[in-house]
Amino acid sequence: MNIIVCIKQVPDTTNVRIDPETNTLVRSGVQSIVNPFDMYAIEEGVRLKEKFGGTVTIITMGPPQAEEALREAISLGADGAILISDRAFAGSDTWATSYTLSRAIQKIGKFDIIICGKQAIDGDTAQVGPGIAAFLDIPQITFVKKIEDIKDSLMRSERMTEEGYDIVESPLPCLITVVKEINEPRLPSLKGKLRAKKAEIKKLEAKDLDADPDLLGLKGSPTKVVKIFTPSPRKGGQILEGEVKDVSEKLVELLKSEIC
Amino acid sequence: MSIKIINEKCVGCKLCVRTCPFGAIELVNKKAVIDLHKCTLCGACIESCKFDAIVLTKINPTDMPFPKKFDEYKGVWVFCEQKKGVVQSVAYELLGKGRELADTLGVELCGVLLGENVKGEAQKVIHRGVNKVYLVDEAALKHYQDEPYSKVLIQLIKEHKPEIVLCGASSIGRSLISRVAIGIHAGLTADCTGLDIDIKERLLLQTRPAFGGNIMATIICPNHRPQMSTVRHKVMKEAVENKHYKGKIIEKSYDAKIYYSRTRLLDVVEEIEETVNLTEANVIVSGGRGMQSPENFKLIEDLAKSLGGAVGASRAAVDSGWKTYSHQVGQTGKTVCPKIYIACGISGQIQHLVGMQSSEIIVAINKDPHAPIFTVATYGIVGDLFEVLPELTRRFKEALKR
Amino acid sequence: MDYLLTEEQVMVRDIARQIAEEKIRPVAAKYDAEGIFPWDIVKIMAASDLCGIYIEEKYGGTGGGAMELVLATEELSKACGGISLAFAATALGTFPIILFGTEDQKRKYLPDIAKGKKLAAFALTEAGAGSDAGAIATTAELKGDYYVLNGTKQWITNGGEAEVYTVVASTNRAKGARGAAAFIIEKGMKGFEFGKKEDKMGIRASATRELVFTDCKIPKENILGKEGMGFIVAMKTFDQSRPGVAAQAVGIAQGALDLTVQYMKDRKQFGKSISSFQGLQFMLADMATEIEASRALVYACARMLDSGNSKVSKDSAMAKLFASDVAMKVTVNCVQLFGGYGYMRDYPIEKYMRDAKITQIYEGTNQIQRGIIANHLIKETAAK
Repeated sequence: MNIIVCIKQVPDTTNVRIDPETNTLVRSGVQSIVNPFDMYAIEEGVRLKEKFGGTVTIITMGPPQAEEALREAISLGADGAILISDRAFAGSDTWATSYTLSRAIQKIGKFDIIICGKQAIDGDTAQVGPGIAAFLDIPQITFVKKIEDIKDSLMRSERMTEEGYDIVESPLPCLITVVKEINEPRLPSLKGKLRAKKAEIKKLEAKDLDADPDLLGLKGSPTKVVKIFTPSPRKGGQILEGEVKDVSEKLVELLKSEIC
Repeated sequence: MSIKIINEKCVGCKLCVRTCPFGAIELVNKKAVIDLHKCTLCGACIESCKFDAIVLTKINPTDMPFPKKFDEYKGVWVFCEQKKGVVQSVAYELLGKGRELADTLGVELCGVLLGENVKGEAQKVIHRGVNKVYLVDEAALKHYQDEPYSKVLIQLIKEHKPEIVLCGASSIGRSLISRVAIGIHAGLTADCTGLDIDIKERLLLQTRPAFGGNIMATIICPNHRPQMSTVRHKVMKEAVENKHYKGKIIEKSYDAKIYYSRTRLLDVVEEIEETVNLTEANVIVSGGRGMQSPENFKLIEDLAKSLGGAVGASRAAVDSGWKTYSHQVGQTGKTVCPKIYIACGISGQIQHLVGMQSSEIIVAINKDPHAPIFTVATYGIVGDLFEVLPELTRRFKEALKR
Repeated sequence: MDYLLTEEQVMVRDIARQIAEEKIRPVAAKYDAEGIFPWDIVKIMAASDLCGIYIEEKYGGTGGGAMELVLATEELSKACGGISLAFAATALGTFPIILFGTEDQKRKYLPDIAKGKKLAAFALTEAGAGSDAGAIATTAELKGDYYVLNGTKQWITNGGEAEVYTVVASTNRAKGARGAAAFIIEKGMKGFEFGKKEDKMGIRASATRELVFTDCKIPKENILGKEGMGFIVAMKTFDQSRPGVAAQAVGIAQGALDLTVQYMKDRKQFGKSISSFQGLQFMLADMATEIEASRALVYACARMLDSGNSKVSKDSAMAKLFASDVAMKVTVNCVQLFGGYGYMRDYPIEKYMRDAKITQIYEGTNQIQRGIIANHLIKETAAK
């Protein structure tokens, strides 16, 4: 089984702070990590390989330092990795990113399943997974919380919904995006890290992709960011002080008219 | 279009380095240097520089393709998601906003409804103030499947050319619209919290949070139509229902192969919880790490019951297995906007706040006076929740006679 | 301080650190309170290839040595000194086989240990033979193709959980210390039972049990080395393992210090963080310096061992002595710096103090260590 996992290196937004004086984002000292949802994608890919045999290839579109993320994925059990990097890709929105990744995947050739994390924690859009599927014209199943079985090129999986889940069957090849419920990612192994250190990372640039240059990077992005600002912080109110029974009484007084 | 640092003006104060949300600027030999690989030309650094040392260079006309003619794209569409034959309330919220946008632009507001036997629902959409509903009523569309829904919506958009398409950011909406955007080469902005019109340029201004909610970005789609946005539940206000509203229902039908789906829906499993409607609740009582154990969530449930509310949980509580994911409020859980949100033993990290900070009244109960939750709470109680919660439950029961 | 670790050593340290932070820390308090043996952590370590970091590649390990063992033990102990013992005590129980095993014995036992499938334990101590190890009364009588063991070992770490036991028993009581031999014994062999699990002050996630041998027949091929070599096996094993105990102590001390500094920043009294009071700052500085000194001793010792230098007894005794005394001192001071909260079991710091104490006692009490060091000093002077 040829498994492709798409990952993204992102700033650790859980550790990003707002500077209270300038009211701006403080990015310095914030680590770059593999997008958390992609860790689940990598784990699922490796598990599928362990169950059905085959190879797991990790791809990422990003600046040269994204190579670290690829090596981390190899230390977790992936077989190979490809860095898709070029100045021409800078400023890509989700449309251009989906286009670029789909061209790269076509260059890779045959595949049975593409696995993406549900969304990246910097953009939070969840658009690139379905975008790639649309460009490659393959079926998609989003928010997969469990792959029940794969038999005779048919995959049966559970797709998370607001009320519970749907059981959806799709022929291969297909693309899935995964949610955190799907598995518990393993920790890297020492042998994996050693392999990752020595691994040769293939590189793809714009010229390698058979892509229309007008559809890449900032030029190829239908959406443009015109402004970035920090939201005005919600102000705190009052702290109720006193004994448990007094503060409780006060709170009930304040709220009871709002509830009915 | 490009950006550069005017070295003579740069004093190396590093304000831009700290401001850049993409980490694209660093100080080299005491001057700022922008890594064009990482720069998205958002301009945040330009605003922050006190020395006017950063400039955006103008567009070279030969760099960008000529803007297409968009006169033929008119109208605001709202995709009306239905489940089990019932239009979801997020669609009505979008119709509320959609009407505002349509009126500003002086164009029609239309609903798009796909399903089986949903003509009655189409009528309800009319009652929310649309001029038209495009209805595709087919057995094959009874349940959502990515391919048939995308193909139908793409077809409708190609035929009728709306300038704006809005859709709820539900699990269906996000999958659907992402796929559609590719098919019609349109720009899509997800999870918008603000939608406005720049009437001079006739552009939709889409505002959304990024970086886990730490910053807001305003986005436009100048050279492609339609401009598409998804909006989360409970962000906009529902359109008012008025049974006297009139509008047209336009029924469309297509060749059978447009409805063909490679994926098959085998079963729909509902996990019924007492708190199924967290996103609809008016009052939510939520528990976090401070609850210390799953048994203690009974205190949360009792208080919620006394208030007629729902039970929520922070990610810490869900990750510890004390409550299932359907209760999770926060960045990776549900966004809620109740009238009253009571956070118990929740410290108030940003990832939780983005899921509930638009609640009208926030009450925080925590033993740590420095917990960040108190900075956004309307009312805060610094105390032992194991004593406060039962006391509150008792008093509310009395006061509300429940 | 930069100890100029190799890339691979950095990898070992980072993986151990990740396991400590992400997997051990969340369960440490519970396993300590309930005395739960951390099999789940052992599995995670096995999956990350950590169980074989001191075992040669040809036996399934990753070919490292004392330095890797020390780095991993220290990182794991920062999160819990009890859970880290499942790993560290296995190393102790494995060294006799590494140092004195025949090729067949190594091939039989080392791969499963390297893969984390089996744990090991070392058994010397008895009720009447602690510091006076020569007084062991467990006997091993050669009867045909078997040795028959009789006796009871006391306070054996990993006892009952491990599959592989390296046991020192007396083959000739008349010869005293020169009449002992070391044997490999497997769990499940007839006549080998376990006593009750001990209820300890600290390292409660570690299992400590008696080993009871009643006419336990073991194949004579299971002897390590020859009859009479028992104490040499033990001493050489301790030389190798002392840096490990020392590393556990360094980890416990560092873990306690890290929690304390963080607490002191948050705790405000008299309008400011208590970390701004000079008297308390001096305490932190002293603790940090002593921990660094003990770490440097431990690492130097480990490097010596890895270079093939077998004259390590005095230095490894110094490392164990110093690191464990520092750990005890530091953890007591950390409890003090936490104030009333330091005394409460709801807060994590008192556990570090309870865990530290054993490092001054086992694997040779610190009094024995001092004796070893003094003896070497005197011998060295006499030789001049």
